[in-house]
Amino acid sequence: MAKKVGTEVSFAAAEAVRLCNVDVIAAYPITPQTHIVEKLSEYVADGDLDAEYICVESEHSAMSACCGSSATGARTFTATAGQGLELMHEVLTIPASSRLPIVATICNRALSGPLSVWGDHSDMMGVRDTGWIQMVAENGQDVHDLIVTAFKIAEHKDVMFPVMIHMDGFHLTHVIEPIILLDQEEVDKFLPPFSYDLKLDPDSPVSVGTYGPPHIYPEIKKAQQVALVNTMDTIKTIWKEFGDMFGRYYNPVETYRSEDAETILITMGSFSETATLAVDALREKGKKVGLVRLRLWRPFPFAELRDAVKSADNMVVLDRAISYGGPVGPLCSEIRSAFYMMKNRPAIVSYVSGLGGRDISPEEFEEMITRGEDIARNGSENEYEMLGVRE
Amino acid sequence: MLTWKDIPIGAIVTAPGSAKEYRTGDWRSQRPVWDLAKCIKCGLCYIYCPDASIGWKNEEGYPWWDEYHCKGCGICAQECWTKAIHMEEETE
Repeated sequence: MAKKVGTEVSFAAAEAVRLCNVDVIAAYPITPQTHIVEKLSEYVADGDLDAEYICVESEHSAMSACCGSSATGARTFTATAGQGLELMHEVLTIPASSRLPIVATICNRALSGPLSVWGDHSDMMGVRDTGWIQMVAENGQDVHDLIVTAFKIAEHKDVMFPVMIHMDGFHLTHVIEPIILLDQEEVDKFLPPFSYDLKLDPDSPVSVGTYGPPHIYPEIKKAQQVALVNTMDTIKTIWKEFGDMFGRYYNPVETYRSEDAETILITMGSFSETATLAVDALREKGKKVGLVRLRLWRPFPFAELRDAVKSADNMVVLDRAISYGGPVGPLCSEIRSAFYMMKNRPAIVSYVSGLGGRDISPEEFEEMITRGEDIARNGSENEYEMLGVRE
Repeated sequence: MLTWKDIPIGAIVTAPGSAKEYRTGDWRSQRPVWDLAKCIKCGLCYIYCPDASIGWKNEEGYPWWDEYHCKGCGICAQECWTKAIHMEEETE
């Protein structure tokens, strides 16, 4: 039986990976991700997990080893953060194109410089267009459950894409939360063994990751893009299946008191829980505000988001990343694009805050919403506001 | 020609070794020319060829040239001890 325990979220992540009975882990330690792979190496050393743990010399090698491993049909896991994800970047596009169902937890960390080990979403945005499915966790339970669903989604014959589960560095990785840990019997019932017809096999040879000259490259890219968009139904079906089995339902877009809201705050990740306090406080003051949180960043949940905010006149979007010299933050930029062609679209206001591990208090979220409403009505001379920065 | 709908998952190639059908010799602007009178059959050209476009060895013990795949890089001519290979402009 599943049991509720107080555990560090990183350990709950490692436990989920152990329960999924992975075959290969290739990872390089980097703050704030280290506790996950440390715990996994302990499991392997102690015989609690029958897997190959490959100690690599860098994240570039980690992802390269993962590609080879996954191509042989082995269930493969890695984890990284921040600069580690940047070093991995060159290889990230390859499992997406070759359709290798690697699962990776990314412990979101601000990119240097200045050097920071603390959390924001700049690393996640940097790898946005590498072709992975990207899920964003709000809390420890999310992390534990999403990892289990991620393997099932990644390896489903109608998906076959690598999956990243984003968890905020420190705000999730290093906190202790009450988490219901799944047990082995339950996970075995939910997650079938990985089998793949086109794996590397000497008895039935195939070539993976070949050359794509101009006469075929665009066809391969269109096939990849259409396939990624088409994963949405399977993702939703598998999350529903998980909910039916374990009572915890996950959706591409999650809502909080947003049904009749005139102004909706849009967030991703762990700060969403703090933001709900601001929504509660404003509701008590009689304001019709709500929260919508994206759990799925890629593929982008266009229809689900439009449906979730249909009551709203205003949307206030929080980004924890800057697009230097560009428009609003990356999340807001996407949301504006998603709504641009709609008639009667809501006003969409952009905030950038919570960079490099800086907290956002409930009071600041309140200010973001109320000032956002003002900007929606009266406009602003700035493309976006940076909240919580000393002037 | 394949359409995007015909692409196998992950663009995986299920006919191994099919890259040999691709005529990389079309890329060549120079071709190696052998003077077998100078060749001492050392095999360095065969070892250095980055594209496995020099074979080792024919019935008389000399290297042989794979015109279909050779890209004309000239490494064989550069490395040949006895200058038995030189590059000439491709005229085809």
